[in-house]
Amino acid sequence: MIALADVHRAFGANRVLRGVTLAVGKGESLVVIGGSGSGKSVLLKCILGLVPPDRGQIALDGQDVTRLPRDAFLARFGMLFQGGALFDSLRVWENVAFRLLRGPGRRPREEARAQALARLARVGLGPATADLYPAELSGGMQKRVGLARAIAADPEVIFFDEPTAGLDPIMAGVINALIRRIVVEMGATAITITHDMTSVRAIADRVAMLHDGVIRWEGPVAALDAADDPCLQQFIHGRAEGPIAALR
Amino acid sequence: MNLVLAPLAVTGAAVLGLLAAVGRGALFAVAVLSHLVRPPFYLREFAAALMTIGYLSLPVVGLTALFTGGALALQIYAGGARFNAAAVVPSIVAIGMVRELGPVLGGLMVAARVASSIAAELGTMKVTEQIDALVTLSTHPLKYLAVPRVAAATLAVPVLVAVGDAIGIFGGYLVGTGRLGFDPATYLRNTVEFLEVWDVGSGLVKGAAFGFIVALMGAWFGMTSGRGAQGVGAATKAAVVTASVLILAANYVLTELFFSA
Repeated sequence: MIALADVHRAFGANRVLRGVTLAVGKGESLVVIGGSGSGKSVLLKCILGLVPPDRGQIALDGQDVTRLPRDAFLARFGMLFQGGALFDSLRVWENVAFRLLRGPGRRPREEARAQALARLARVGLGPATADLYPAELSGGMQKRVGLARAIAADPEVIFFDEPTAGLDPIMAGVINALIRRIVVEMGATAITITHDMTSVRAIADRVAMLHDGVIRWEGPVAALDAADDPCLQQFIHGRAEGPIAALR
Repeated sequence: MNLVLAPLAVTGAAVLGLLAAVGRGALFAVAVLSHLVRPPFYLREFAAALMTIGYLSLPVVGLTALFTGGALALQIYAGGARFNAAAVVPSIVAIGMVRELGPVLGGLMVAARVASSIAAELGTMKVTEQIDALVTLSTHPLKYLAVPRVAAATLAVPVLVAVGDAIGIFGGYLVGTGRLGFDPATYLRNTVEFLEVWDVGSGLVKGAAFGFIVALMGAWFGMTSGRGAQGVGAATKAAVVTASVLILAANYVLTELFFSA
């Protein structure tokens, strides 16, 4: 469904992506792992066109994404940002119903609110949360609202950027389970980026490791522990010693 | 050789950097103007911006005008008394307020209050990925964030200037009649008699231009803010300084345009 071929991106002298080639099938849940600053978020932003790649090709269903109508392309995606990226000035339900309140698919406010409440219920939040502002929510609740917003328009592809960052282990487990359940229920294609190995095992069908700007290893999640790649083994076991420099 | 070339290279790089920034800012202004007339229109965001930029700026603009009008009356009276022209206080206060001090001081106060808040808000939105989130929700950030604010400021600041003009003239009236011994009826008659429609109109046009500048600079520096608290702080400072300087420069250009002989 999504295919990246030799994608490069540099910021000044810092060559973050140095030829990423990666494919994700329809309905598949791929988790991209890699150290901090390895370019995982940039990879997602390149696919969405938030950060244009310097060279290489990104295709959605075989079509070059730069040639697809922008709004129609973005309408197929939902994204959960690392910090939630909820709009501070809008109430929780207005955040979730953002697409439904604006643009071509605009709905009356009451209908949009009802749909937002349904999405909030799906991520385990009651109607009492709907009229709060994001600043009034805990970190875990903000993630859930971000998740509700990401799935509000029933996207075909969902991106999760560090979905459990900053959460306690229990809340991280709740979010991981929610993501897995929603992705399976919706039949959506998912790309998650994380360095939390518990999330990897809970969410992934397949895992890819981004290191030194390229996909260093990829395979099914079940093959992770048996893989003989020293970088991958150092990463999944969190060892300070190994081929990946601790100080980068 | 290097001693000669090095300063030239630094100067050249600075000039090129400045020109590039001006070019990017100009392109941003053109983009905002082009989106002003193209749907979709975010009326709810426009109304909210109108309230924040216009209504909530009234106290600061009003107080500034009140004290400025009073001080102006005192200054003109003291200066005019040197050549027996103290009687011109009402007309000079009125003309000075509506042509110059009302729009310029109003614009500068709005720059301090509004350009800073727009830059800080949009800068924070950029740093916390809210602007990226807008894109993923099929919403053009410039159209959703910048255009309503620029439109609201362009419409609201002339109204603020008009209110400021009235309050400033009232400040002059209070000082003139209470402190300088002017007869209230004579003061009002002289104010109205020597004030022309274009005096007021030119100030309102200036107000619209200053409102455009203030919101544009706030949006531009906010949306191009650097990372972290330091980046947002620098964007906020740059927005206020640039808006203030551009207001003073535009004021000169517009005054030259409107009143040069």
